Order: sequence, then C-alpha cells, then structure tokens
Amino acid sequence: MPTTPSSQSPSETEEKTPLHKRKAAKVDRLAELMGDRGDDGHGAGVWREAFGRMRRSPMAISGAIIVVMFLLVALFSPLIAPYSPTSQAWGSEVFPNRNEFVGPRAENWLGLDHLGRDMFSRMVIGARQTLMVGVVATFVGFLFGALLGGVAGGCTVLGGRWGRQVDNVIMRVIDMMLALPSLLLAVTVAALVGPSLTTVMLAVGIAQIPIFARLLRGAMISQGNREYVLAAQAMGVRSHKIALTHILPNSMGPVLVQSTLTLATAIIDAAALSYLGLGNPDANFPEWGTMLSEAQRFLSSAPALAVYPALGIIITALGFTLLGESLREALDPKLRK
Amino acid sequence: MSSSTPLLAVDELSVVFHRRGSGETRAVDGVSFSLEEGRVTGLVGESGCGKSVTSLALMGLLPDRGVKVGGSAVMQLPDGEADLLRLSQRRLRDLRGSQMAMIFQDPLSSLNPVVPIGMQVTEILKRHRGMRGVAVRKEAADLLYRVGIPDPTRRLDEYPHQLSGGMRQRALIAMAVACKPRLMIADEPTTALDVTIQAQILELLKDLVTEEGTALLMITHDLGVVAGLCDDINVLYAGRAVETAPREPLFADPTHPYTVGLLGSIPRLDAPRGESLTPVRGSANDNIAWVDGCAFAPRCDHYTMECLQGPPPLVSVEKGDGGDDGGHVHRCVNPIDHAAVADRAVLDSPTVADEDEEERG
Amino acid sequence: MLRFIVRRLLQLIPTLGGLSILLFVWLQRLPGGPEYALLPDDATPEQRAMLRRSLGLDEPLMVQYLAFLRRIAQGDLGTSLQTSRPVLDEFFLRFPATFELGVTAILIAVIIGLPLGYLAARRRGTILDFAAVGGSLLGICTPVFFLAFILKVVFAEGMGWFPSAFRLSPGLTRTDITGFVVLDGVMTREWDVVWDALAHLALPGLALASIPLAVITRMTRASVLEVMEEDYVRTANAKGLHRTTVRTRHVLRNALLPVVTAVGLLTGSLFAGAVLTESVFAFPGIGSFVYIATQERDYPVLTGFILLIATMYVFINLLVDISYSLLDPRVRAQ
Repeated sequence: MPTTPSSQSPSETEEKTPLHKRKAAKVDRLAELMGDRGDDGHGAGVWREAFGRMRRSPMAISGAIIVVMFLLVALFSPLIAPYSPTSQAWGSEVFPNRNEFVGPRAENWLGLDHLGRDMFSRMVIGARQTLMVGVVATFVGFLFGALLGGVAGGCTVLGGRWGRQVDNVIMRVIDMMLALPSLLLAVTVAALVGPSLTTVMLAVGIAQIPIFARLLRGAMISQGNREYVLAAQAMGVRSHKIALTHILPNSMGPVLVQSTLTLATAIIDAAALSYLGLGNPDANFPEWGTMLSEAQRFLSSAPALAVYPALGIIITALGFTLLGESLREALDPKLRK
Repeated sequence: MSSSTPLLAVDELSVVFHRRGSGETRAVDGVSFSLEEGRVTGLVGESGCGKSVTSLALMGLLPDRGVKVGGSAVMQLPDGEADLLRLSQRRLRDLRGSQMAMIFQDPLSSLNPVVPIGMQVTEILKRHRGMRGVAVRKEAADLLYRVGIPDPTRRLDEYPHQLSGGMRQRALIAMAVACKPRLMIADEPTTALDVTIQAQILELLKDLVTEEGTALLMITHDLGVVAGLCDDINVLYAGRAVETAPREPLFADPTHPYTVGLLGSIPRLDAPRGESLTPVRGSANDNIAWVDGCAFAPRCDHYTMECLQGPPPLVSVEKGDGGDDGGHVHRCVNPIDHAAVADRAVLDSPTVADEDEEERG
Repeated sequence: MLRFIVRRLLQLIPTLGGLSILLFVWLQRLPGGPEYALLPDDATPEQRAMLRRSLGLDEPLMVQYLAFLRRIAQGDLGTSLQTSRPVLDEFFLRFPATFELGVTAILIAVIIGLPLGYLAARRRGTILDFAAVGGSLLGICTPVFFLAFILKVVFAEGMGWFPSAFRLSPGLTRTDITGFVVLDGVMTREWDVVWDALAHLALPGLALASIPLAVITRMTRASVLEVMEEDYVRTANAKGLHRTTVRTRHVLRNALLPVVTAVGLLTGSLFAGAVLTESVFAFPGIGSFVYIATQERDYPVLTGFILLIATMYVFINLLVDISYSLLDPRVRAQ
C-alpha cells in the first residue's frame, strides 16, 4: 500500500519532541545509575570473566611471569647466548676425573660443564630445545587425544546406539592406555623406536593422549546433556553440525587448561626419559633433561652442573602448572565464589 | 496484631558481602519484621532478592569471612531475650536445632548421602536432648512417624538416595522439629517437590505450627504457598521489604507495583478466557542501588523521576475510607491506587514534566 | 557384592586382552624382530633362521599371538637377557623390596597428605594453605630422580643421617621367612633389623612419595573445600551439632571418597617412580632391575614389567572400586 507513514511522521515527531526528550533523559539517568554497579555485570563472556579473575590471582600472575620469561629466553636464545653451546673452548681447564671444575666467573656466568663448555650458553639454548620438546609432545597428545575423545564424545551424545558402540571401542583403547603410567607408556614407545629426540617427543606426547581424550569426551558428554543441545536437536539441526558448532567449542575449556599442564608434564617426563637412557643419544645436544642426566655423574663433586638444568626444569614446569591450575580454577564454576 | 512482645523482632537487618576485587554487594538492605508464636510469616520475592540470606543471617549460618551483618534480631529465649546477630558461635550452636530450626530447599542435597537417615535424626537428639541408647532410636522412629513416614524403623537404616523426594523433605522436617523449636525457618521447602507432594508438606507444616505453637518463617517465591499458609507477608525486592501486610489486604489490595506485578503473573482459573498474563519485565539483575532511588524503578511501568530521588521511605498505606492501615505498609512514592487507576495518566505527566525542568536547570 | 566383583572382573578382559595385543605387536615391531633381542649382534643369518623356527616365528601371526597368550597365561614371561633366568622368577625375587618401598611411600603420602590437605582447606588463604599448595606444586614439578639424588647427596652422603644404598646394612644377619624384611623382623623380633630396614627405606620412600604426597594433599584440599560448601554441611550446622561432629561425620566422610580413588590411580605411577628412585639408591627391587633393563634393552623384562604393572593397576583399581562401594551407599545400590 502506498500510504506513507514517513510523510506523516515529521509532524508527529515534532509534536511529541518534549515527551521523547523526557524519556531519553529518564533512560540516560537509569543507564547512569545502572552503570555504577561495577564491571562484573552481564555480557562478559566466561573467558573474559576468567581472565578478570586471573588478573587478581597471585598464582596466575607468577605463573604468567615465569612462562613469559621462559618463552622470551627460548625464542631469542641465539641472541642471548654468548658462546656456542657445543664449543669446548675451555676444555683444558676442566678435569672431571680429578674433580676439577670451573665455577661462575666473568666470562662464563654459570661456569663450565664437565667438557669445558659454557654452562650459561647451554642453559639458554637448552631453553629453546626444552620448549620444543614440550610443545611438540603436547601437540601430539592434544591432536590425537582430542581426535579420539572428540569422536567418542560426539558419537555418544548424538550417534544413538551405533554411536555408543563406537564410543565403547574407543574408550576401551583409552582405558588400556590409562592402565599404564604415562612414563611407562613413553618408555615402551621409546624402546620401540630407539633413543632420539623425536622419540622423546613422540613418546611423551603419546603418553598424554588418554588424558586429553577422556577430558574432551567427558566435557562433551556433559555439554550434550544440556538443554541447548536438546533444543538444537528438536529444531532439526544436523547432528554433526551441533557437535561441531555447539558442543565442541563449549567443551574446549578443560582441554586447553590441560594443554598448559601437559607442557609441564612433558618437560618433566622428557627429563625422566633422558635419565633412563632413552633420550637424545647426542650428549652434545643442550636440552635440560639431557643435561641433567649427564650431570648426575658429577652430582657430589660439581652439583651446580645438575642444579642449573634441574632448576630450569622445575621453574618452567612450575610456571606452566601455576598458569594452568589458576586457569582451571578461574574457569571452574564451582570455585567461582 | 498481638500486643505482646514478638518471639523474634528483626530490625533493619542488613547483610553486605565483601568480595575481593569486586567491591561489596548489599544482599539484604534493611529488612524489618517480627514473628509471633503460632503464626506463619512469609518472605516473598524473586530469587536474588535476599530472602535466603535473611534466613541464614538469623540462623548465624553465613560464612564468617567477607560478610558484614547489621541491624538486630531480638529473640525471646527461655533465659531472657538475646540478639541473634550478636551471639557467639558457641551459643548459637546450642540454640540451633533446639530453639530454632531450619528446613532447606533441596531435600536431597541437604541430607548427607553417606550417613543413614536414622543417624541424621538421632545426632540432633543426642546433641540437644542428651538422649542415649535405645531411647534415642525409638524417639527418632516416633519423629519420622509423626511427619508421616510409613514404616519408620526400617527407614532409620536407609540412606537418603533410597527415599523419595517427599520422604526426604519429611525426614528433614522431622530433624527440624526434633527438639520442639520455638522458631522454624522454611526456605522454599516445596520448590524441589512435585505439586501433590507440595500440598502434603505444606499441610504438615501448618499442623506443626498449630499443634506446637511454633513461629514459622516461610521463605518462598510462590504466591500460592503464601496465600494458603501465611498470616503475615513481607514482599522483598533487592534486599528491602517493599510491602508488608497481613494476608487479606495484601491479596485484596496490593499497592506496590512489584506486588501487583507478582500477583499479575500468577495464572488464575477465574480469569476470563484468553486474558494474557502480565509478567514483571526484566530480571532481578536489572535494578539500581537503593541509595539512588527505588531499586524496582528500571522494571516498573509506573516510575517517575521522583522514584530516582533517593530511597523511598516505608509508609503506611492510606485507605480511601481513612480507617486503620491494619499493618499494611509499603515503600513506594507512586503506589497503585486501585480507586484512582483511571486518573493515573492525567496525574502522571505533570509530575514528570516538573522533574524534567529541575534537571535542566 | 559378589555380582559386582564378577562384573568388574569381566570388564577387565577387554582391557587386558587389548594390552596383550599391544605388547605382542610391540614385540613384533622391535628393531630387527624378537630374535635380535635374543641373539648377540654378530650372530649369523643361519643362527637367526634357526632361532626363528625354534621360536615359532615363521608361523602365521594369529598362531604366534595365541602361543604368546598361552605363555603369558602359564606365567612364562620369557627369559631375562641380563641374568638368563625366567623374568617372572626375577620379579618374584625382587617383589618384596619394591612392595615395602611402595607401601612406605603411600603411607608417607597419606599420613602427611591427608591432614595437610584438610588443614589447608580449613585455613584457606593462610600461610599454611599457601605453603601446602605451593609445596605440592613444587613436588609435582620436581623430576623424581633428581629429588632422589638430592636426598641422597644431602642426607645420606652429606649429613650421614641415613644409609645411601641397599635394603639392609651389609653384615647384618637376619632370619628370612617371607622376603619382606620389615615383616620378618617384626615376626622374629629382630628389632635391629627392623630399624635398619626402615632407615634404608626412609630416603627412597620419601623420594617416591613426593608425587603421591602432592596429589593427595591437593586432592584432599580441593575435596574438603567442595564438601564444606555442600547443603548437607549447612544442614548439619543448622542442627547445632558440635564442630567436631560436623567436621568428621559430615565433611571428612564425604571428602575422603575421591581421595580413595586417587590413591588407587597413583599405584601405577608409583611403579614407574620406583624405576627412577630405586636405581638412585641401588635399592634391590624390581625398579632397579627394570632400570638396567632399559639401559640394556632387555625386552623380555620390559614386556614383563608392563604386563605386571597393567595387571596390578587393574586389580588395585578393582579393590578401590570395591572399597569405594563400601564407603558410598549410592554406589552400592546400583
């Protein structure tokens, strides 16, 4: 119909302007009053809220500081390290069989190791190698664990009877892997492939698969029981679409938290594998785990050689654990008081 | 209203939660009411209005840290009167369960899942009545029987998950009445139950009040429960009482827009066919601090600029016939006067215009 | 209850079956095949072929797998390459030492961890809480073998408070009844032996306890914090019960349920930890033996160890489930 509400409205608006303005003033005043209630009102997402809480947690802050420092050192290690980590330039000054070691001095801040290499450079370059081991191992565990857990969870929630069968098979495999302590699983894999850095990363990563799988599956099943999934199903949304666009994104929280924690576990487990003789056979290679197991031999005569890489491992693992734990706490609705 | 001293007189009760980093929340903001023996008093309001916090404050069950309780709650005890809010924890522990008892909302989560029902009843008898041995078990069975649990001796050895929802709530009531308390607080006792069970539980509570002369504080959001059970009613909004009245005037002649809204949102069988319900807009989160004005204003259809000029005082409701207010008070500068509803539109605009002038000036 | 146990045992079959397949495949995939593991590196191809035939390695895989299963079922885990004795015998010989060490570690972890976690939860936000949480995080983040080395260097070699190696001081005579040194000592009232054995257990036990201790402390703390917020604890307080009654009957009884499960799950990692700790203290248990096996690529010992751990893990968790169902009436009913 060609009736023109627009042609009528100008006069009407003009006539009602006072009221309109009055309303605006009232609304503004209300908005102003309601705006005073602080920032923890509505609208903020779960993650934003979580980060807000983490900003106030000393645990999270110290974790974040450690992790950021570690990442900076690892990323810029070639720029920081004053010498080559493998150069035995001071080899003539160190005599391990006579218990003669060189401690910290002006040119070698952390002293020399048993072959006369600069400890500081080895520690700095070692940070990078350690980070790589941690990240690759975590990625392996995350990728395959999330894949298995995601399929299992998705099938249970939306696959009906057939889906539960798939879930059953996958979970039996996961249970089997869980029956072995992760370190032993890693030993098994390492013994199979032979000692190398790749082995360590793969082995530690594979050992983390069952945890990731169980976590994601559990989170997806609990999400799948929520009303919104039922509502989406009732509206005829395709199952795989619900799984991918609704359930999966909402279930990633615990898995991401676990990734942070796994970085710590991976670094520690990698050190244990090195100790068991399944790590990188190249002792020249500066990785904290390798360095630590190398240095055990001289623990009574030159404890510093073991203490530096051990402290590196402990502090880094602590940083990732603190960050992961506080993230978990911040995301946990039960602890949000 | 009775002229004698009430069993419990709550005056200007306030509860403020201090949270690290996020300032303070005034959960209860100056609530006053009194409880008389043999009468049922209702605290009505939406979730988040402070009614549960009020009851926990009276029982002394709020956490010790991060909470500030103000005002007073004077209770008549066998050995004289005492302010519940100022008693030591030790003294409160002696009073809880014996002089005052509480019934909670969710009977399943309120019962310890790994302890048999019997022990959960007998522990209170042992604690406050010093009973021991066979007698205590017999008394527990009697209590369960009194609250309508069949085959009570067998139930004593069962665990909470083996009982139905109604039975669990009956068991909790048995624990509450075990020592014949003079004050009983029921926090949404029927919300988690089926409708048929709800009626039975309410009937049971009513009988207990009549038989024992207990004062019952009924906390609920369900106006149906209020209408069937309560003698006096306090409507709470955002931590303050907005309207207080005996049952009849409140239901017949509600004056606060919030009360009217609550009543308007109950479906009625006698309403004309096709008439739609009128819900209260928004949610309890959409309010402003009382110091800035009426907290209900953002959701109120009748608010004016005057509503935003500081907290409205609690005033007696003036009756058209100039008679006694009958204890009917409200906290509203712009109440709904049913007789004058027709004139409202006329009265409304000038007031608003005036306020507007002031604001500009 | 019996039906519950039988059902749980039946559920074990697929897990153990799958594990045996995994191990079998693992043995097949060993570099060069199993015969390389059994023969010296300079063996001739003829020798290899003969061994393959004698081991049945030329049979179809299915037949080999069944033979493998039959051997396991008969307790034949193969022969150790280090000692040329049956793996199972070697394990039996060393089991009491590892068992004593494991029990020591769990006892240390439970005796310290439970009260510490409980107190940390009760005094949330205090220095005690901070120390308990920080300490347990530190415990989780410290490599077990490094902690063992530090304990050895400081308290055994440095201070001389504890012996640094072995299960008993050399030259101490004792009567052997069960192989469990402490148990035998108590039975025969050879208190010097008991005392000496405990001193030897202290440091490796402490090192091995580090992770269980950290886990139990954190778990107890989290669990107590959660239970303290439960409605039934509020009910118990509303009934005016004494603080101690509320804390023991209503808080602890519920809070300890998840901790029981955690202790069960820890036993697996305890064995892995034993490999790392025992080797440091030259403690003559399964762990030291397996440590050498990993260095020497003694595959029969490694497979045997994995089977042993998996079986132990599965049965310990069955025990945990049973005790859990005794503690929690809700599980019993199902």
